[in-house]
Amino acid sequence: MMKNLFSVIALVASSWAMAAGPAVHLDKAPIDLTDKASLQNGARLFQNYCLGCHQMQYQRYSRTFSDLAIPEDVGVENLMFTGEKVGDHITNNMSAKDGEKWFGATPPDLTNVARVRGPDWLYTYLRSFYADPSRPFGVNNDVFPLVGMPHVLQELQGMPYKAYETRLVDGASKEVYVGIKTDGSGELNAEEYDRAVADLVNYLEYVGEPTKLEARALGTKVMVFLLIFFVLAYLLKKEYWKDVH
Amino acid sequence: MFKNLMSWIEYRLPFMDKMNLHVMQYPAPKNFNFWYFFGSLAMLVLVNQILTGIWLTMNYVPSAEGAFASVEYIMRDVDYGWLLRYMHSTGASAFFVVVYLHMLRGMMYGSYQKPRELLWIFGMLIFLVLMAEAFMGYLLPWGQMSFWGAQVIIGIFGTIPFIGEDLTLWIRGDYVISGATLNRFFALHVIALPLVLVILVFLHIMALHEVGSNNPDGIEIKKDNDGTVEQTEADKKFTFHQYFTRGGKKVIVDAIPFHPYYTVKDLLGVAGFLLIFAWVIFFFPEGGGYFLEAPNFEPANALKTPAHIAPVWYFTPFYAILRAIPHPFMGAVAMFAAIVALALLPWLDRGKVRSIRYRSGLHTANLINFCISFVALGVLGVLPAEGVYTLLAQIFSFTYFGFFILLWFYSKNEKTKPLPIRLT
Repeated sequence: MMKNLFSVIALVASSWAMAAGPAVHLDKAPIDLTDKASLQNGARLFQNYCLGCHQMQYQRYSRTFSDLAIPEDVGVENLMFTGEKVGDHITNNMSAKDGEKWFGATPPDLTNVARVRGPDWLYTYLRSFYADPSRPFGVNNDVFPLVGMPHVLQELQGMPYKAYETRLVDGASKEVYVGIKTDGSGELNAEEYDRAVADLVNYLEYVGEPTKLEARALGTKVMVFLLIFFVLAYLLKKEYWKDVH
Repeated sequence: MFKNLMSWIEYRLPFMDKMNLHVMQYPAPKNFNFWYFFGSLAMLVLVNQILTGIWLTMNYVPSAEGAFASVEYIMRDVDYGWLLRYMHSTGASAFFVVVYLHMLRGMMYGSYQKPRELLWIFGMLIFLVLMAEAFMGYLLPWGQMSFWGAQVIIGIFGTIPFIGEDLTLWIRGDYVISGATLNRFFALHVIALPLVLVILVFLHIMALHEVGSNNPDGIEIKKDNDGTVEQTEADKKFTFHQYFTRGGKKVIVDAIPFHPYYTVKDLLGVAGFLLIFAWVIFFFPEGGGYFLEAPNFEPANALKTPAHIAPVWYFTPFYAILRAIPHPFMGAVAMFAAIVALALLPWLDRGKVRSIRYRSGLHTANLINFCISFVALGVLGVLPAEGVYTLLAQIFSFTYFGFFILLWFYSKNEKTKPLPIRLT
């Protein structure tokens, strides 16, 4: 029991240390919280590809539906698979213990993942899987080396691999790493896949802070009010201070 | 009828008289500048923290099992819960911004000098309680940084020889940081410390009104009534509470009543402050990861240490001093000494001239040295303690303490400029 615990600690600690290790270049996630179609597609992708292992235990279905302008009956029909109620949190039935047994670490809750990692990290991570037969699930990741997660979007991307080209460098031909390519067995081409990942990240960014758009809208009004208040306060002060100067 | 009621009350509790004493007929120097906004702003932020805190408490669950989820509940399911929480979290940082500037004002104009030593001491006590309040509040969301930050800071007490171990046990109420720690921190954060804070603020203001406000010129506005200083027409325009003339022994010059002149001026300060405050709350509530740290959006996990633990920005100048000293306990002593040195300013500064306006160029340079050291230490406290950063932290710790040591030496026989008799 204790031995297991320690091996898990060691595993978690090492994977975390690596994840935070030498900084990888992160691509800027092309996301837009006002793009409802993108958010809806992101929600669809999450429900179909992520929810099996990752929960959003603080987000309710009803919240996603109302914020993303998804009619309730359409949402229930297309995004809820196991008979939950719309007021329920977006959870699955995988126990933390099983998750740990199967993947080496419990798949983290994703409600706040965009606030912990940032959208750019997520966008790059989901596009950085590559075939690595030495790993239990046959894939590894450039952004999160030795990650315990399988490439769940393989069905969409195809099998990605690290591509090398023979190039002439300083007069000698050398193998040069040119990036991650796919074998073309996926449903989407490279551009479509990037778009799908962006939609998913957009949705994760939204769920991290569902009030962001509301805050900006209210904030603008508050700022306008405060500017007027500032001017009035200035005039009031000037009027009173006539006695002093 | 109403007049009768008022005089009935007034006879038993002289409310109007006290209002006149402290507000309507309180003589304030007429030359307060920008730097004098931060006292009233600190009061505003204190009220903001108390009010938003009360409403947050209504939905917060103080337990290791429920705390993190209840914060998410506030952020998502409570009407305007996100606004209350951001006002509270941003308010914590704003409190320190305002208090640091308020303290710098006191240092610039010598507001700690005789006879305002006790006023300064109350201020330092407020600062100390505020740090404890902020530290305990930061544990409550029960995120990764809450947990590991508390681990580091409680660990500081563990460096004390002989009693350290037992002391940390006593603080935590457990062998590790746990629900027991969370619950006692909650109790202290929402009841004990705010109560102490409010009492100290009351004493701070009472002490201020007894000795009177200092001003950018650092000279008294209450002169001895021995005929050397004549009141001008402008001075006779306002009535001040008779308490301040000490029965005719003092004559008040260059003063204006606090209300309405400084209430309307502070209102302008409030408007300016709120513009910045609201801008952060609504558009950048994480404050670039300094007001709300990213790892804190992950629940506390005792088995998973964050890659880089940094305390919240307002502790980092002192944290940098702690880490600059290679010996853990001596580091803790140095950190505490950095705060004690500030509290001892009234006695370390042996000068008679208060304001930087009339003090030597050496003093100005020394104060600039202090500001640079403080800010540099703040930046270094955020960065990992390795390589050149440690060396820099040691250098700036040295210059930080150097400010106080130098001050003690040169202030005794400092070459100062002649003071004006009246405010400029």
